[in-house]
Amino acid sequence: MALAPSERNFTDPTPDPRDGSAVPTLSLLTPQGVRTTNGPYAERVADIDDAELAKLYSQMIVQRRIDAEGTALQRQGQLALWAPSKGQEAAQIGAASALRETDFIFPTYRDHGVIHSRGVAPAEVMRQWRGASHGGWDPHEKKMAPVQIIIGAQTLHAVGYAMGAAFDGMGGSSVVFLGDGATSQGDVSEAMVFAASFHAPVLFFLENNQFAISEPVELQSRIPLVERPRGFGIRSVRVDGNDILAVVAATREALERMDAGEGPQFIEAVTFRQGAHTTADDPTKYRAKELEEHWAKLDPIDRVETYLRGRGMDTEAIVDSAQKEADGVAAELRAAVIGMTEKDPEMLFKHVYSEPHPRIAEQREEYMGYLADLEDGA
Amino acid sequence: MSQQAQAAPAAEASTKKLTFAKAINAALDTALAGDERVLLMGEDIGKLGGVFRVTDGLQATHGEQRVIDTPLAESGIVGTAVGLTFRGFRPIVEIQFDGFVYPAFDQIVAQVAKLTMRTDGRHKMPMVIRIPFGGENGSPEHHSESPEAYFMHTAGLRVVAPGTPQDAHDMLLQAIASDDPVIYLEPKRRYYESAQVDVNAISAAPALDSALVRRAGSDVTLAVYGPLVKTGLDAAEAAAADGTSVEVVDLRSLSPLDFGTLAASVRHTGRLVVAHEASRTGGVGAEVSAAITERCFEYLEHAPVRVTGFDIPYPPAYLEHFHVPDRDRILDGIDHALGRFDGVGLDSSERQGGSH
Repeated sequence: MALAPSERNFTDPTPDPRDGSAVPTLSLLTPQGVRTTNGPYAERVADIDDAELAKLYSQMIVQRRIDAEGTALQRQGQLALWAPSKGQEAAQIGAASALRETDFIFPTYRDHGVIHSRGVAPAEVMRQWRGASHGGWDPHEKKMAPVQIIIGAQTLHAVGYAMGAAFDGMGGSSVVFLGDGATSQGDVSEAMVFAASFHAPVLFFLENNQFAISEPVELQSRIPLVERPRGFGIRSVRVDGNDILAVVAATREALERMDAGEGPQFIEAVTFRQGAHTTADDPTKYRAKELEEHWAKLDPIDRVETYLRGRGMDTEAIVDSAQKEADGVAAELRAAVIGMTEKDPEMLFKHVYSEPHPRIAEQREEYMGYLADLEDGA
Repeated sequence: MSQQAQAAPAAEASTKKLTFAKAINAALDTALAGDERVLLMGEDIGKLGGVFRVTDGLQATHGEQRVIDTPLAESGIVGTAVGLTFRGFRPIVEIQFDGFVYPAFDQIVAQVAKLTMRTDGRHKMPMVIRIPFGGENGSPEHHSESPEAYFMHTAGLRVVAPGTPQDAHDMLLQAIASDDPVIYLEPKRRYYESAQVDVNAISAAPALDSALVRRAGSDVTLAVYGPLVKTGLDAAEAAAADGTSVEVVDLRSLSPLDFGTLAASVRHTGRLVVAHEASRTGGVGAEVSAAITERCFEYLEHAPVRVTGFDIPYPPAYLEHFHVPDRDRILDGIDHALGRFDGVGLDSSERQGGSH
């Protein structure tokens, strides 16, 4: 006998306003702070008791603080740019907390929560936003590629990594983060073709934050995005991306299925970018205030607070301690950014190639000689 | 001494007559056998052995997980190859035809070329992208292009174009061994021409980024690469019959270009002709002419002369022989460089720039 959607932990399929199709969405913690404890997905996160949930809550607060610090540092002229992640904490922390060390991550430029969860030091993260490097951390040490700026290009890289895992049989898998705008890119379609054809253990984690800069998701797709991977033969689940328990449950399930040899998996986490696209953007020009107010009520952090308070936990104490940790991270981050003052012209030429290259050597010599002459002349 | 005596016949046995295609096949076979991290990826390269049969038999020998038929998506092929490098593989990618590489352009230019710098040197990009290129093969549109200038202009890539079966073999093995990404351009109209190839001479092979003097001469330097190496040597032979001594330099590597070898040649001939199938504007000839003028200005007795395809889309097969430089057009270029006459085609004011 088939279970009703609610018994499967999905919301009743309500018609999608875009096209009227019915889209069940995985939900375990409602915006009102009500937690579902029965059902197949609820069982997948039964180990996350109040104390564990408080830790995730705390991580989301820290992420929001890092994000605010990034914006502040940009406003003060210390960073070249910042891409705010406010509102997407449950999607990012939820997914990252479910990952294992053997899951190689391919992140986008907005995935600060994912990157922080991988243990990347703020000083390494901020090198890129400072304009001191195009990357930051050692991708092999962290098992995480540098953030991708070309929209959707990283999905192919993740699929290639997972194809390699399938070829060499040494285990491991990959997880790629992408946004709603990326789903229109040819590379993302090609990535799904290759993933399906090679049965690659790759998880596509789509953060549908409703907007690609100014363009609403309706412009990218006339069907709910969760439907699209199915046409490629990839299992796909839509979750409430502001519900950290649902995100963890769906991610765990996807990884388990990949481990069991079921091939590629896709999660659409429905969320909202509460801030601007980047510090160079002005969302008031394209986004209605009502929409922002609507999503503010669906905030990923508030609902956990409501739930934990209802459970009799001292959320103020948790917030205090999270705030202290966040202050520490923010201070470290600020110091790291401000400390990045070295501008070595030789760096221009250093890592263009891995092996000696006569043109680069020649141009470096020429330019260093020119700079030396300038100094002599001064 | 007895060991040497034994080694000698074995070395001789390693030299055999191979077509360009078979020389590439032999190098791929060696690389696959020698390193399990090496993979071949491309369209129709498995059972079929590629549309030119360059990979013939390799899947049977090395298996479907080492010689991989991919879906028909060039960006997908190159993009997944990037991911394979993160897994520790050294992928060799085949693009079926020159004109099919453009869907992969973003992955090549924005990812393959830049990931080493993006990671401050922590991620190396040991990838070879093999592209059959060039025309004179009676094909439909998109099957006869010479896209080398696009890739030469992209920092982070190396670009090579072998002109002989021996180079095809050795340069491919060197490209595979390189930790940098290499665009390896195969002159497809030469695939079935053969020569003696020593498949064990790799340790004695010249560096991947070096040019070679293929024929010594004293009157004029002719720089060629890929499919025009043979055409250039034919032209030099014909010129010799007329008493003109042409030094033929096979550029081999287009990025970086070996200006040292080329400049040494021009310093004793005083004249330069550079020939290629690709369009003229912003091409190899432009870069070679500028760099040699910078380096050898006082040695030059004539402005460098470019003999190239025209600045047009590659023409229909019926007309391609007008477009692709042949022996006679190269000879005409040589005559111009020697200041003999204006000849047919462009007038001398265009060739000599502002010199009069």
